[in-house]
Amino acid sequence: MNMRAKAAPQPARARWMSILARATSGELEAAWERIEERPRYAVLRRPETGLVMVRGRAGGTGDPFNFGEMTVTRCAVRLADGTMGHCYAAGRDKRKAELAAVFDALMQGAGSARIEETVIAPLTRRQAAERERVSRKAAATKVDFFTMVRGDNPG
Amino acid sequence: MYVAVKGGERAILNSHKLIAETRRGDGAVPEVSVRQIGEQLGLAVDRVMTEGSVYDRELAALAIKQAQGDLVEAIFLLRAYRTTLPRFAVSEPIDTAKMLVRRRVSAAYKDIPGGQVLGPTYDYTHRLLDFALAAEEGVGLPEAPEADAPLDDGMPHVADILDHEGLIEEEQPDGEGAEVFDLTREPMSFPAGRDQRLQNLARGDEGFVLALGYSTQRGYGGNHPFAGEIRMGEVGVEIVPEELGFAIDIGDVVISECHMINQFEGSKEKPPQFTRGYGLSFGHNERKVMAMALVDRALRAREMGETAMYPAQDEEFVLYHADNVEAAGFVSHLKLPHYVDFQAELNLIRKLRQEHQDRLEKEAAE
Repeated sequence: MNMRAKAAPQPARARWMSILARATSGELEAAWERIEERPRYAVLRRPETGLVMVRGRAGGTGDPFNFGEMTVTRCAVRLADGTMGHCYAAGRDKRKAELAAVFDALMQGAGSARIEETVIAPLTRRQAAERERVSRKAAATKVDFFTMVRGDNPG
Repeated sequence: MYVAVKGGERAILNSHKLIAETRRGDGAVPEVSVRQIGEQLGLAVDRVMTEGSVYDRELAALAIKQAQGDLVEAIFLLRAYRTTLPRFAVSEPIDTAKMLVRRRVSAAYKDIPGGQVLGPTYDYTHRLLDFALAAEEGVGLPEAPEADAPLDDGMPHVADILDHEGLIEEEQPDGEGAEVFDLTREPMSFPAGRDQRLQNLARGDEGFVLALGYSTQRGYGGNHPFAGEIRMGEVGVEIVPEELGFAIDIGDVVISECHMINQFEGSKEKPPQFTRGYGLSFGHNERKVMAMALVDRALRAREMGETAMYPAQDEEFVLYHADNVEAAGFVSHLKLPHYVDFQAELNLIRKLRQEHQDRLEKEAAE
């Protein structure tokens, strides 16, 4: 597993893949239904559930250790023009993994601007709004310290 | 010695049916759903995920339902299920400083950057039974208020504040690229590295780790700890799939983390400074991460030049006994038929008693 062929980071693709990985299958299904001319695709790797060993760091910043595993589902597809799409998403939702892989492939093609606008951007907004809601609720529990001034023994 | 015993098939089959009926309970009461367990018994789910060592809320909730709420049994079920799944990848180490914070408190500093965020906690509740929760009509849909603005992005770890003054030991990776020990793939080995100890404690039984942590506070370990920081919330998990070769974020896990800050008088090599203990769990589980951080620090005795005198400092004792699947298995195996073993022991005792009797009679005769 250390034999990684390190390719250059692909921030743009990594961004939409992470948005797709956090979507629900309901959201992706609805987005798929909305596409007028749904492209044909071949499933290269059927949706498959497995584990990822999650690593932590001693003290949060030190040497890595194996913390515990999580379930992950992956899928790979190929469009008619040969573009490959991949998905790795936390959890065991196979339909979601397949649709996310298809959208990953579509995002690499000529119609990416439209998919960005109709699928990725709304998911991004929804996920950001959910994170903001969580953070605002936490922020409401932030302590405002004030110092008690002893007024009972002046001077 | 175990000998296969035949003849229990029908009894076993009927016992399965009886446990199914018992688990369902009174048929007049609605059956609990896995989703209800996931949503409303979330802290039990968190414990099962942590000690079962698989982050999957639905699977953990299912295990709890199947085990009738016996969490150690549920942990066993989850561990067993895990062995049926292939491992796709090992993640990049999670960055807990980039957490979507739901809770974050420090007992060492009052005014920390980002503030003290209480989050969802039972700490300030009165611990009186709340009969409103038992009311027929239920609790409805309580809703918590939202602040005008979210929390600051990226809260620094409190320990890093001390770091700038050199008052606390640094925690920097020095074995980058080195093999990381994996208990799921290799047997325990001693002396254990901190990676092996932390993995063991993270999976370890909460009760066992709690008792050991407590023992260090009561003098069996000599820690003088402060809860430097406890935080809970979501962190993203990144992997580099082989077929892609670049890092992708596959989703979030909720984790709890504790940094304990401990007094250290210094040794020949090291000046007096604070030292660290670290705790990490899936979900929301502060008791576990605090206890884990205490035991992690205690187990660093060798590295600190301290004499290991107490159970919590004895890594073989701690690591060999922390896993409740192993412990429950070994204790429970005593329930299995030992008929032949026991017959042998019985014969031995009878023989020894006869010899004892013979000796007494012989002495009396003399």
